[in-house]
Amino acid sequence: MRKVVQSHATEFALFVVIAIISIVLSFITDRFFSLGNAFDLLNTSSVNIIFAVGLLVVLIAGGIDISFAVAASVVQYVAALVLGWMGGGGWISGLLIAGALGVLLGAINAFLIHKFRIISIVATIATFNIYFGLLMFFTRGVSIYNLPDWLTSRVVLFEREMADGSWIEVTLPVLVMLICVVATWVFITRTTTGRQLYAFGDNPEGARRFGINIGAMQFIAFGWLGLMAGIGGLIQAHYAQEVVPNALYGRELDVLAAVVLGGARLGGGKGSVLGCVLGVLLISITQNGLNLAGVSPYAFKMIVGAIILVAITLSNTSIEKLLPFMRQVEGRK
Amino acid sequence: MTGRESAKGGQKPLLSLRNINMTFGGVKALKHVSFDVLPGDVHCLAGENGSGKSTLIKIITGVYRPQDGAVIEFDGQTYSHMSPVTAQNSGIQVIWQDLALFPEMTVAENITFQTLLGRWPRFVNYNGMREKAVKALARLGVTLDVDRPLKDYAIAQRQIVAIARALVGEAKLVFMDEPTASLTQSETDRLLDIVRTLSASGVAVVFVSHRLAEVLEISSRLTVLRDGALVGVYSTEGMTQSRITELMTGKTFDQTVRARDVSANPVVLEVEGLCRPGQFVDISFTVRRGETLGITGLLGAGRTELALSLFGMLKPWSGTVKLEGKPVHFASNRDAIAAGIAYLSEDRLSLGLIQPQSIADNLVIASLDKIAASGLLSDGRKRDLVAQWIADLGVKVGKQEDAISTLSGGNQQRIAIAKWLATDPKLLILDAPTVGVDVGARAGIFDIVAKLAQTGLAIILISDEVPEVYFNADRVLHMAKGRVVNQFLPADRSLAEIEAAVYA
Amino acid sequence: MTAILNRIRTGLGPDMAGPGFALIAVLVVFSLASPQFFSRATFGSVAFQLPELGLLTLAMLLPVLTGGLNLAITFTANIAGLTVAWVLQQNGGADAGPFAFLLGALLGVGVGALSGVVMGLVIAYTRAHPILVSLSMMIFLRGLGEFLTRGGDVSGFPAFLQPLGHGSILGFPIPLLVFIGCVLIWHVLLTRMKLGFNTYMIGSNIEAARYSGVNTRKVLVLVYTLSGAMCAIAGIIMLARFNSVRVGHGESYLLITVLACFLGGVNPFGGFGRVIPVAVALVVLQLLSSGLNILGANQHLATAVWGILLITVMILRFAAGHFKSLKRKKG
Repeated sequence: MRKVVQSHATEFALFVVIAIISIVLSFITDRFFSLGNAFDLLNTSSVNIIFAVGLLVVLIAGGIDISFAVAASVVQYVAALVLGWMGGGGWISGLLIAGALGVLLGAINAFLIHKFRIISIVATIATFNIYFGLLMFFTRGVSIYNLPDWLTSRVVLFEREMADGSWIEVTLPVLVMLICVVATWVFITRTTTGRQLYAFGDNPEGARRFGINIGAMQFIAFGWLGLMAGIGGLIQAHYAQEVVPNALYGRELDVLAAVVLGGARLGGGKGSVLGCVLGVLLISITQNGLNLAGVSPYAFKMIVGAIILVAITLSNTSIEKLLPFMRQVEGRK
Repeated sequence: MTGRESAKGGQKPLLSLRNINMTFGGVKALKHVSFDVLPGDVHCLAGENGSGKSTLIKIITGVYRPQDGAVIEFDGQTYSHMSPVTAQNSGIQVIWQDLALFPEMTVAENITFQTLLGRWPRFVNYNGMREKAVKALARLGVTLDVDRPLKDYAIAQRQIVAIARALVGEAKLVFMDEPTASLTQSETDRLLDIVRTLSASGVAVVFVSHRLAEVLEISSRLTVLRDGALVGVYSTEGMTQSRITELMTGKTFDQTVRARDVSANPVVLEVEGLCRPGQFVDISFTVRRGETLGITGLLGAGRTELALSLFGMLKPWSGTVKLEGKPVHFASNRDAIAAGIAYLSEDRLSLGLIQPQSIADNLVIASLDKIAASGLLSDGRKRDLVAQWIADLGVKVGKQEDAISTLSGGNQQRIAIAKWLATDPKLLILDAPTVGVDVGARAGIFDIVAKLAQTGLAIILISDEVPEVYFNADRVLHMAKGRVVNQFLPADRSLAEIEAAVYA
Repeated sequence: MTAILNRIRTGLGPDMAGPGFALIAVLVVFSLASPQFFSRATFGSVAFQLPELGLLTLAMLLPVLTGGLNLAITFTANIAGLTVAWVLQQNGGADAGPFAFLLGALLGVGVGALSGVVMGLVIAYTRAHPILVSLSMMIFLRGLGEFLTRGGDVSGFPAFLQPLGHGSILGFPIPLLVFIGCVLIWHVLLTRMKLGFNTYMIGSNIEAARYSGVNTRKVLVLVYTLSGAMCAIAGIIMLARFNSVRVGHGESYLLITVLACFLGGVNPFGGFGRVIPVAVALVVLQLLSSGLNILGANQHLATAVWGILLITVMILRFAAGHFKSLKRKKG
């Protein structure tokens, strides 16, 4: 047990914090601690979790991507246009189109980073401006409301009324999110390519000496994030039932904060899917709880920002100092 | 000359290189080099920085392709050049100085990293990796928790992991690049045991280093390179470090003991009962004006920690430090610098100098007040100050604005010394000032040290190379396990005596 | 004569090549494309638009030189603007006197500096990554601002603030003069002061700087404090320009400031970069957007072109480096 806690210190700490917040909130509000609310939370967090696991892969490989959220907006818009032009389509064709477009946009980042040795933050800030500027220019900021019916109608996979009268339902976004999470987990922990990504992020020079294909690593990492951004974009359009070109603008930094809160390291080699999901959930649980507790919605973000600031400060003053039993025995580094 | 004659008992070499030539941008890095390693041989490949030894390894491991006409025979096969894949597949492994390990990944993953390679994704077989890793470690007589991330282990264990990784790759020939550079004595002993085990099981090991004192006894032969050419192949029987140095540099250093009697000079630094548990205990000594005090001892003896405590970067738990008779307590190294103490770091690349920045800026960083006029820094004053120091210490530079990384190790070290001299110190602590400095350029550094001592500067010279302190210090303290165990006057003892005591 | 030329060459420096080249290219392309480009109107609009983005870029520059980033700049500017607005409202709103404004401006700069102090302390003492620290500060300040304003505008300021946003002295717009003043201060700070010197050193290798006796924590805290104070100045200029404060004003500038720094030759890893090339890069960006405006495009297309420009400059730099190393190998 101790070993598990030690090797997953961040995840464990997040779990404890989430548990504490949940307990406090369940005392303050009577609605928070219900299954119905829990499933609500999952439904609303799905898109962010999809983005987060994609970004996680890029962070593990030692990069950073600022452009994925506007890339998702581009995918949404283009996919909506293509689907309209095709005369409808369906979930399969929609996901294929969105995924392919996302991978393409991610590959552009990887190309710039690998081919011209532009560091990822510079390259993706540039593509962020290019994607967003062009999207707003060509769309003139006009939203699309007449989406195909299959895209806008809610797909409820499972629903039931609980004994306490709350209503639980599992919707399509949750299913897609679960598939993305599991796929990412399998990819980065169970396949050789995923482990190569970790190794590349951990020690790029070492990876090079072993003959790991550096260019392929960049394309895989940014391609995976592109795929997740594409899927997430389509799901967001489904959830919002409209495509607004600047709806996802600014989302990139919120997701980045959540992923890093979940233990991923800027600089590569570190991060887990579980931590990343818990990071997103911590933020949404806090918002949801504050909402139920009747706190002004305008104060949410302030409190969330303060929590992240404190969390980052604490996690860097090292968890070992706060939880002495986790201190390593052979501490010489 | 080529070493053919020393092939023992007519044994066929495992690796045999003939006619290796390599040119980089018009500069001949290797000239007609040949090199042989016998099966199960423990071999030393020696040469200064830039002598071509790393180029040679990179040719053997397929990173570089030699010029036409090269013949590489390995394990019965003949090649005109290697590729990284053929080299690894045929059993050539390198343990680089930086180890090329992955700290965030587990020990098992690091040891069996080869199984994670390949272009197409496969599922990872964690159980198989674990078994293989445990088996490889068992061959070395070591047990580590293979599920722990590598970062939990210290450098010595990491090196063992790197060796285990080479074994998993079915190594027949292992190159070790400067393997003992960051190991303590007991760790080095353990490494040597492991090398003996490897050699006994038929794996040949080549130590690549410019400092071979520790490994000489277990090696059988020595190949020396100088300026890209083969100097010769020698039996290690009766070979000494000073003889190797002569071969590497082509010069004889008839060093004389420089020690002088300065006991009449006033005391600059007085240390009494200084303690920092786990690092050093009960340290007492004095340094006088114009005196060079040598401190030697093996890695892990607490030398650097002691120096950092005097420099205000570590806090001693107890004991007193007096500077010119007055007790001093430093909250940071800024206090120490203001009081007149300077510390030249042992790690010039990452702590001593700011490599990307210019020569001039590196020189003035610790004495900005000197180049300030009414609160603002003056470019003119900076240029003059830098020019003066460059002339005083005989540094060869192009432009002051060039990055310090463009200078050779010896010239970089001169700038680092100038940086501290510009702060007008009373006491200069030199921590391993010749690390990464070519043997030929070291004498120049010590000439500067001697001149500084003559001007009255008190100097503490820390080195794990006994000859350096023996020839250049007035008095030598021997530290071991955090204590001063002995004090020598070079004038009274022979080098061999002191070396025997320290390396024992 | 050659001495003067040399002087100019070293004054321009190699980092001037990118922005200088871009400046000439932009001037040539647009003057060929549109006869109206070389007009008072173009340069007038550049002169009035440049300062907001420019001041925020100066605020971004110092942290980038230390190898960090300050993602909180736009909201720090908003919060500082809100502080000024609050002081003005407490003193009669539109009837407030110059003294109230002065007090408000001081307080605003103080609030901006305070956000910098907090970030600087966290970064210096916990070694947390500056991106994360400033990101959470950004989220916090955005929330705080929205909480205080309920997402609305604050307006109704005294008339004497009008010239600060729209007035001119001897034909020079006042915001531009403020910006030029700040550029000069930053230039002196970075080239002539110990703090500036140490900023570069820390950017290249913080541990080595510490071993050389640099008070690295103090430098980091001061860098972020100055960055916050510069945000506040930007916030006050924005208040005067829009005659209102709204949380989210200038939000889109955030990543543009980073872009401007890189375009101006600042090393993304820190340690190298000068103020003047960055200022030239800012002029290029504004000329581009004004030029595109004349040709009938909108700001969004200009944003995309800015991104393309950054990539072009990075690719040219890569190619130049490649070419140089090839030449060295042959020579």
